[in-house]
Amino acid sequence: MRKILSNTLFIVLFVVLVYAVFQMPTGANINAPAYNDIARHYLENGASETNAANIIAAILADYRGFDTLGETIVLFTSVVAVGSVLRSTKHDKEVRDHE
Amino acid sequence: MNDIIVKNITRIIIPFAQVYGIFIILNGHVSPGGGFAGGAIIGTTLILYTLVFGREKGKKKFSHKASEIAESGGIIWFVTIGLVGLVVADRFLTNINAGFPEGIIGEILSGGMIPLLMIGIGVKVASTMISLFNLLIDEGV
Repeated sequence: MRKILSNTLFIVLFVVLVYAVFQMPTGANINAPAYNDIARHYLENGASETNAANIIAAILADYRGFDTLGETIVLFTSVVAVGSVLRSTKHDKEVRDHE
Repeated sequence: MNDIIVKNITRIIIPFAQVYGIFIILNGHVSPGGGFAGGAIIGTTLILYTLVFGREKGKKKFSHKASEIAESGGIIWFVTIGLVGLVVADRFLTNINAGFPEGIIGEILSGGMIPLLMIGIGVKVASTMISLFNLLIDEGV
């Protein structure tokens, strides 16, 4: 009973998702949600506002500087997490050998 | 790895690869590239050195202390540049309005704070790659 219910739910969700995918604008359509005013503003005023020739660097480091700060903090957190899991045992052994 | 061909080729290749990585970081605001790509190249050369010459020699080139300094220094450098904007122009991470020199577009000295941030990101990415690698091989077998 439970299996039939979950399978039915799965099929319904699958149909809904496939329907939604076919409703999305495809390719270089001007109505696509990605082509809004912000993209046009970056392309037209990016060079004069940031003075960087590479528009990707201008967006990455200037307009979206806060996101990039978050990315570097993610890298830092990854090293801290791996170090806290793996380095502690090694460090304890070194301390024990030293004493 | 005790192979004379691999050792000599590595010894020749590493300086060129590192100079190329530094070039990509410093030209991030003029041409394709930037801190993440250049930092990945420099981190890869350090990993290659450790793989070929062993952990003990690699520890002399890039010790745990150096990785600690580079890890924290990258973020502190980034936040310090952001705080300059907060102090001068009342906004965190402001570029031209905070008084960073504009320069001429298309030249290496342009883009205000973007090249400075790219240097910080490059140091951070390179040290993250080599630190994760060192932590994992120190623990293994």
